[in-house]
Amino acid sequence: MSVNLNEINEELEEDTQHGKFLTFAIGHEYFGIEIQYVKEIIGIQPVIEVPEVPNYVKGIINLRGSIIPVIDVRLKFKKEFLEYNDRTCIIVIEIKNILIGLIVDQVAEVLKIADENIVSPPDFKTGFHQKYIKGLGKVGNEVKLLLDCEMILDEDEVEQMENGKLKTFNF
Amino acid sequence: MDEGNSFFTNEPMLEMYIFETSNLIEQLEEILMKVEESERLSEDEINEIFRIMHTIKGSSAMMMISNITKLAHSMEDLFYYVRENKNLEADVSKLSSKTLESLDFIKAEISKIKDGIMADGDENELVEDIKEYLGLISGDKSIEIKREPNNKKQRYYISPGSTIKEETMRKFIVKVTFEKDCQMENIRAYTVIHNLKDSCKELFHLPKDLIEDANCTNYIVLNGFVIYITTPKTKEEIKELIEMEVFVKTIDIEAVEEFDENILEVQEENKKVDVRIYVPETAVQEKEITAPSMKQNIISVNVNRLDKLMDMVGEIVITESMVIKNKDLEGLSLDSFNKAAIQLRKLTDELQDIVMAIRMVPISLVFTKMHRVVRDMSKKLGKEVELEIIGEETEVDKNIIDNISDPIMHLIRNCMDHGIEENDERVDKGKQRKGRVMLEAKNTSGEVVIKVIDDGKGLDKQKILSKARKNGILTKDESDMTEREIFGLIFVPGFSTKEEVTEFSGRGVGMDVVKKNIEKVGGSVFIESVFDIGTTINIKIPLTLAIVDGMEVSVGSSVYTIPIMSIKESFKMKREELIIDTSGNEMVMVRGNCYPIMRLHELFKVETKNTNIEDGIIVMVEAGDRIICLYADALLGEQQVVVKPLPPYLSRYITKECGIAGCTILGDGNISLILDTAGIINGVI
Repeated sequence: MSVNLNEINEELEEDTQHGKFLTFAIGHEYFGIEIQYVKEIIGIQPVIEVPEVPNYVKGIINLRGSIIPVIDVRLKFKKEFLEYNDRTCIIVIEIKNILIGLIVDQVAEVLKIADENIVSPPDFKTGFHQKYIKGLGKVGNEVKLLLDCEMILDEDEVEQMENGKLKTFNF
Repeated sequence: MDEGNSFFTNEPMLEMYIFETSNLIEQLEEILMKVEESERLSEDEINEIFRIMHTIKGSSAMMMISNITKLAHSMEDLFYYVRENKNLEADVSKLSSKTLESLDFIKAEISKIKDGIMADGDENELVEDIKEYLGLISGDKSIEIKREPNNKKQRYYISPGSTIKEETMRKFIVKVTFEKDCQMENIRAYTVIHNLKDSCKELFHLPKDLIEDANCTNYIVLNGFVIYITTPKTKEEIKELIEMEVFVKTIDIEAVEEFDENILEVQEENKKVDVRIYVPETAVQEKEITAPSMKQNIISVNVNRLDKLMDMVGEIVITESMVIKNKDLEGLSLDSFNKAAIQLRKLTDELQDIVMAIRMVPISLVFTKMHRVVRDMSKKLGKEVELEIIGEETEVDKNIIDNISDPIMHLIRNCMDHGIEENDERVDKGKQRKGRVMLEAKNTSGEVVIKVIDDGKGLDKQKILSKARKNGILTKDESDMTEREIFGLIFVPGFSTKEEVTEFSGRGVGMDVVKKNIEKVGGSVFIESVFDIGTTINIKIPLTLAIVDGMEVSVGSSVYTIPIMSIKESFKMKREELIIDTSGNEMVMVRGNCYPIMRLHELFKVETKNTNIEDGIIVMVEAGDRIICLYADALLGEQQVVVKPLPPYLSRYITKECGIAGCTILGDGNISLILDTAGIINGVI
């Protein structure tokens, strides 16, 4: 088989996106997610509630015809619920072909953080959302918590979904 | 075997391979069924079987699936012998049995490959078996099939239209070598062939496969390119034609009387140009298994793309109403806008119809498979049964077809095993010796009705009732039960009237699974039966799953869609009609029957101010034979909606039991959840 051009393209794209993070705020803390996962940012819009889901899954929204679930990151990180306002945003991320919306207090900026300025989180077991943190990025005097997108979904959850998808694959 | 590697690098090719091979197997099965029925093998059929086996062999070899290749090869040998020895007195049913056995093996291997497992089945036993059989019919144990060139008529002509007279024909063997390092020898060889073919009557070449075989380039570089031609042209003229290709180094033309035997294999390879595209079988082409003229008109499309197209069209319809009913337009006089809007609506409606039609496939895909089931069953059970198929051209959505194949197969097995009596018993009863099973499909207003009819012994009501009593699945007083309800007991889990478990049916699972599968696609099933006359199993399924007629109801700020199909009626209720039992369950009495009430806002934990039973609306819904009343705030109206599945992320929280079947986007862009009435009812009752 010949070399897949798309793959090369993707690699190149990944390269230019490497080290860039979209930062957003939850309360006073700033978080960053790798830009390669971010599909788009939209303002808060009416969310349709669905029954039988954990409280951090707020429901579903209609994003130009595709129906995507939205998660309140505040609630996911077990913080208090904050009324949505005009600064509240939904960051739509794509992980392994699954689209998900993250509701955050506000979106800050896109930052370039060099690899050497990223340190691993300290190995302590008390941090309540520690398992979602991939590293700490130093930007000037500030520190941004870099999220591990795949962990937001919980690793096994992503797998579960992929399996589910395979099963329904119609030949 | 290193197919492990090739699987993952060649996925699209593999997909194509599986698709093609499955289709070929289906075709072949169908031919064999016909052969068994008529108990003779026509020349066309032999050729067809040979061709199919050959194609399977070729493509399996290409995918490096060696066991299928070997088996197909030995089958090919067998049918080659049969084809060449027309006067052969062979037992047709034995021949087809052998072929079916091999087919089953190939099928099993293909499904392994589909699941991503290596095709590791052992083909040797079958191959030996076939060889032995071949030895038997040919009367020579050590037969090595030598393929003699067959008579001229059957030769494959690349240029069929040629009117050149036989007498002036000369035969040449031409050997061409190309300049060293000229690259792409195979393409150059192809050009040579292209230049030659118009002036030749026959043309074969070595290596045979110039385009797909990667090794052919090396072969040409090492051995040169050999062409066998029959042509009226002279040596010089041939040379001229070949020299049109620039990189030709040497041309060696040798005149001969007759060609070597082994070029026949070349011919065979050339025949491969044949059929590739799947042609759906319809009643019209029953006699013709392949109709070459139709082939270019049909393409196979990935179902996922169709789903996407369907989604897009759904979006367009919604967006259209968003534009046309836009609030900004209110109060304006819009004569020409409205005209254009009507035009647009007409077009989008048409577009929607066409897209729906694309997804429709004839039900014959399922029905024709049943011939095989009936055949296997009647051999194993020793009952002679004839299958009749009516209305196989009825079209149903692809998704539904995929889901009803198993239930129908199960029903057929059931009625052959339990329904149809032993042949002798039938004669005693004054029935025809041969049992009859009829499979019928027809279209009725938005639904497809499929009937499985047998002329067997029918259902015994008393037996069913006593069995149900024994298993404790009776929910009603026996004397109150209608005939249909009694027969319906068969579908209750854990019910089986057959005492012994056979290979095919009687395990006590089955009928309830049949019912579940049919309900999954929004269908229903009921039985009619007359003792000693026969049984009819009626299956009703919707034409499509993708679009549902829905009733929108509001609960608090949410909107839910209830499929109209399941709504019996809706009404306002008075306070005094409300009955509350000791555990607080609410009920309502309608025309002498009592139904439970389920408040949607409680079920989905939605906040609403509307909790007074008199303010809201009661919607009576039905699933299967059970009825429940749903309480909602208000009816919003009727709408056709495009069903979308819930996002995969949510599907692990929301299962069917929650009462949500999917969601849809309404005309105003809002999302509405579609209720699954069966799920709600199962949760409540």
